[in-house]
Amino acid sequence: MKIAAKKIYIALIVLFLYAPIGTLMVLSFNASKTRAKWGGFTFKWYIDLFHNEEILGALLNTLLIAFLSALAATVIGTIASIAMNGMKRRTKSVMMGITNIPMLNAEIVTGISLMLLYISLGLKFGIGTILLSHITFNIPYVILSVMPRMKQLNPSTYEAALDLGASHVTAFYKVVLPDLLPGILSGFLMAFTMSLDDFIITHFTKGVGVDTLSTKIYTEVKKGIKPEMYALSTLIFVTVLILLVLVNRSPEKRTRKYES
Amino acid sequence: MIGRSFVVRKGLPDMKKRTLCPIYILILVLTFMLTGCASSDNGANGQVIVYNWGEYIDPETLDMFEEETGIKVVYDEYETNESMYPKVESGAVAYDIACPSDYMISRMIQNGMLAEINYNNIPNAKANIGAQYYEQSKGFDPENKYSVPYCWGTVGILYNQTMVDEPITSWAQLWDEKYADNILMQDSVRDAFMVAEKLNGFSMNTLDTDELHVVMNSLIEQKPLVQAYVVDQVRDKMIGEEAAIGVIYSGEAIYTQQENSNLVYAIPEEGTNVWIDSWVILKNAPNKENAEKFINFMCRSDIALMNFEYITYSTPNTAARELIEDEAIRNSEIAFPDLSQYDNLETFVYLGEEGDTLYNELWKEVKAY
Repeated sequence: MKIAAKKIYIALIVLFLYAPIGTLMVLSFNASKTRAKWGGFTFKWYIDLFHNEEILGALLNTLLIAFLSALAATVIGTIASIAMNGMKRRTKSVMMGITNIPMLNAEIVTGISLMLLYISLGLKFGIGTILLSHITFNIPYVILSVMPRMKQLNPSTYEAALDLGASHVTAFYKVVLPDLLPGILSGFLMAFTMSLDDFIITHFTKGVGVDTLSTKIYTEVKKGIKPEMYALSTLIFVTVLILLVLVNRSPEKRTRKYES
Repeated sequence: MIGRSFVVRKGLPDMKKRTLCPIYILILVLTFMLTGCASSDNGANGQVIVYNWGEYIDPETLDMFEEETGIKVVYDEYETNESMYPKVESGAVAYDIACPSDYMISRMIQNGMLAEINYNNIPNAKANIGAQYYEQSKGFDPENKYSVPYCWGTVGILYNQTMVDEPITSWAQLWDEKYADNILMQDSVRDAFMVAEKLNGFSMNTLDTDELHVVMNSLIEQKPLVQAYVVDQVRDKMIGEEAAIGVIYSGEAIYTQQENSNLVYAIPEEGTNVWIDSWVILKNAPNKENAEKFINFMCRSDIALMNFEYITYSTPNTAARELIEDEAIRNSEIAFPDLSQYDNLETFVYLGEEGDTLYNELWKEVKAY
């Protein structure tokens, strides 16, 4: 009885979470443009999608920005974590607080303040400003996922490496970095997905003629969202799903390898 | 004991040089490369920066313009008048041309954000666009100095003739209890108020508090009969026969009829809203001459026809209308109603900040009732 209730509960949660996405996936195969009619099964929207230069351009921008911003944020965030780990307890918690605030801050505030900052600096709005903004809001996520890993490190291994004649740099790359890697990797993937689906900050910091997918989709609101977007959203959902599975699996695998 | 802060005390001094430099270089190079390249590839004759509604132009016409004039089009899109306004106002990007709706144009005129249009440089605007649309524009642009009509339409009632037993011709039928739970209203202040204002015989730009309270009470009275307050779901709901009557924009009505032939569109006898989206040139436009060329190009009959076929919203370009091959569409009462046949057609104007606040407060009362 109890088990059945548990299963139903889980099933309900999954249903509520995934019913909207399921609907979208089904509609991406609908030959009719309106959701009210089923016009038959088709791959037409997927084919149209790959002929639509605007959407593909936006997709390229999105992926480029997500990749570069995640990369830069990962490097900066990892170095910051290393530095913060060496701080005194007080300073460290103050620093953690400071890096956490942007994450809790409302996105629209971050977006508008970045826009105002760029205007006052006289920067030209374009992909560059979007990239800077994304790096900015990605750094805290990287720190958040590297810091716990940092605490688990065993300081003796690093010292042992030094005693055995390794230089600081070698010891870092050979001993510390491999231990941090799962955290760095999941930080990177987290930053990547955060950047991928950001709308508000991008909206305020983008330049003319530069669109990411989220801003592109939003401009279609007036005339109705095109079914090509359903197709693309389906593809993105599947991609993100795969990424998330990777994120959740990789730390586990690694720890197991070290244990054995 | 020494080990606690091992990495920083011992490791960082060496690492700093090695790791930080590449990062700085990476970020700097990327930023300047990417911010730089946006502006570097101008056309032979400069560029024009256009800010338009999403999906509101046939992309092919932009290519044709670039080819014919050698001017590069930098094209950007927005989703509502309200999201366009702050971006233009902030000056983050200096746009040349925008395409706001009626009331937003009057707001931009009031705030001195628009440049006067020199019609000598835009011959097509006077030659091809019907005089009646300039007349209608006077509601928000009294001397036709700032705007060239691009798209227009009416707001009316879309009904499913199999689900009602009489033709719908009046806003009052949206208050008929027969149709309880079968009515779709627009979920935006001005559109919803317009319906009740016309019902009561008031102007849809009224600022009279007594009139507005009458209007609010009408809307509250209607609320139990309304199935849902919707925005663009009205299309799908009407096609799917989920409701019998809906308030809809005429541009959407043609599309819904193509999908479901039981649907009929009517302009109510009490009058309605005629909306116009027009090209405007912004005051601090960096490429004013190119902007004029762009508007002139968009007013050309063949180009306007391409855009009409792409957007399917009514075009004010009478020369383009004559080129429409399908007679049913050319003479469509929905796409091209004869405005002189209807009384009390009005266009939204900007009500000022106080007016907006008043409307919003009353609307909140309706929604919360």
